[in-house]
Amino acid sequence: MKPLLNINRLSKTYGKLKACNNINFNLYPGQVLGIVGESGSGKSTLLNCIGSNLEIDTGEIIYTNSKNEILNIKQLPEPQHRKLTKTEWGFVQQNPRDGLRMNVTAGANIAERLLNVGVRHYGNIREEAKYWLEQVEIDTNRMDDFPHTFSGGMQQRLQLARVLVTKPRLIFMDEPTGGLDVSVQARLLDLLRSLVRNLHLSVILVTHDIGVVRLLAHRLLVMKNGQMVESGLTDRVLDDPQHPYTQQLVSSVLINN
Amino acid sequence: MTKTELNSNSSNSSTEPGFNFAYLDEQTKRSIRRAILKAVAIPGHQIPFSSREMPMSYGWGTGGIQVTASVIGKEDTLKVIDQGADDTTNAVNIRRFFKKVCGVNTTEKTSEATLIQTRHRIPETPLKEGQTIVYQVPMPEPLFVIEPSRTEAAKMHALEEYGSMYVKLYEDITNYGYIATAYDYPVIVNDRYLMKPSPIPRFDNPKMNNNPALQLFGAGREKRIYAVPPYTKVKSLDFEDYPFSVENWDNKACEFCGSTDSYLDEVVIDNEGTRMWICSDTDYCNGQLIVNSLNCMS
Repeated sequence: MKPLLNINRLSKTYGKLKACNNINFNLYPGQVLGIVGESGSGKSTLLNCIGSNLEIDTGEIIYTNSKNEILNIKQLPEPQHRKLTKTEWGFVQQNPRDGLRMNVTAGANIAERLLNVGVRHYGNIREEAKYWLEQVEIDTNRMDDFPHTFSGGMQQRLQLARVLVTKPRLIFMDEPTGGLDVSVQARLLDLLRSLVRNLHLSVILVTHDIGVVRLLAHRLLVMKNGQMVESGLTDRVLDDPQHPYTQQLVSSVLINN
Repeated sequence: MTKTELNSNSSNSSTEPGFNFAYLDEQTKRSIRRAILKAVAIPGHQIPFSSREMPMSYGWGTGGIQVTASVIGKEDTLKVIDQGADDTTNAVNIRRFFKKVCGVNTTEKTSEATLIQTRHRIPETPLKEGQTIVYQVPMPEPLFVIEPSRTEAAKMHALEEYGSMYVKLYEDITNYGYIATAYDYPVIVNDRYLMKPSPIPRFDNPKMNNNPALQLFGAGREKRIYAVPPYTKVKSLDFEDYPFSVENWDNKACEFCGSTDSYLDEVVIDNEGTRMWICSDTDYCNGQLIVNSLNCMS
């Protein structure tokens, strides 16, 4: 199987600080990749570099699109790049306020992604928005309400619906369960797991919560000080950590439990 | 500008001495004309220009007045309207201003004017080839409501990313059942640029399409000029299942001239809240009155 995304020696510095240093990995279709590490380890920077909000210093990001064309993201002309982020890619922000328009209704938030790809039929857009609200388990009666009237978990699910409406192949998630209480987290994770399986999505998931990756991620990538210190199958990494930092990380969770 | 030229410009007896023709100095007018030429070359695209202080406050038409001052010539006949009326404060004063500093002929008749400066209306009488209409624009950037950053908005214009603009229309239909945006209704010019037509009622939007006159837009405070050349396609945004439509007044007619196809203003006439509906375009209304009286006589 050909990788969907190939990250090759990616580096990003902020002045003297190496936020991401020589990162390599492949992401295959249908795969969920978890990136864990302590805060400041460069995991969010890495996600933003790939998810294209940030410019990278060196290295390559190679993406194979739905037409089987191999695209070098760094060299891709901006119009195509922006189109990619609005169609085949989706970014779920840690704070829903960054990923949603808070001053327009939930329906309009979902509609915007469709309007961006040129759909101009109001009725069809409504139907589509309704369908995706159902998929993320939001009552369709809430479609014409503003996102700020939603609970944190609902906002996060709305963000997901907004991204899913263009049928993306690759989703980036930055701490999707951050700031949610445990029962809401569990429901969201459950939902994510079934959506990922049913829609055959590939996901890059950044989190500091080992529980989240154990549930969702197929493969795991552990970061510390901008370096990738360990990677492998999630169960392997968590049950048999090789790197001292990973061992520390895993054992700290066990003690908490 | 040499002294002799200045004198020759001010030769007309009705002009105020001490001012250059059309108030602005020649270099300024030239720079604004350059911006206008660019604007005409790229229909609907906003061109920055070095907007000057004018002897009136921002919001009263400083953009329009600078565009008018830059294109006006001695042979021009100027008409100025404010919400369709020739006799309101803004219109009267701008007209008097140009009479003072240019000595040009002014008129209230749309058909006689070569240059029309307007605030918030397009005359009912169809414009013709050779005429120029200058709009006063408060806020030129249509994407401002959805994208506060100018840099990002410029990028969206460059890449023709106008999908988000439809969010506003979507919200209108969701809340009111129809597109309720009544003025400054966004349009696509020449199948390319998204443009704000200045706060004209959406009733006037169809008049912009394929208009034989040259349409110039000046925003003084925001320092932008844009244009729609003659015979250019101007399409109002809409949805396939909610096509663009103009206002109607349930068969109400103007109570002065009886017109049913012009834009009507609602006027409260007493303390009891009685109201009447009259043409917003005073020149058109007067014209209809004359036509009616001729019909009565014949």
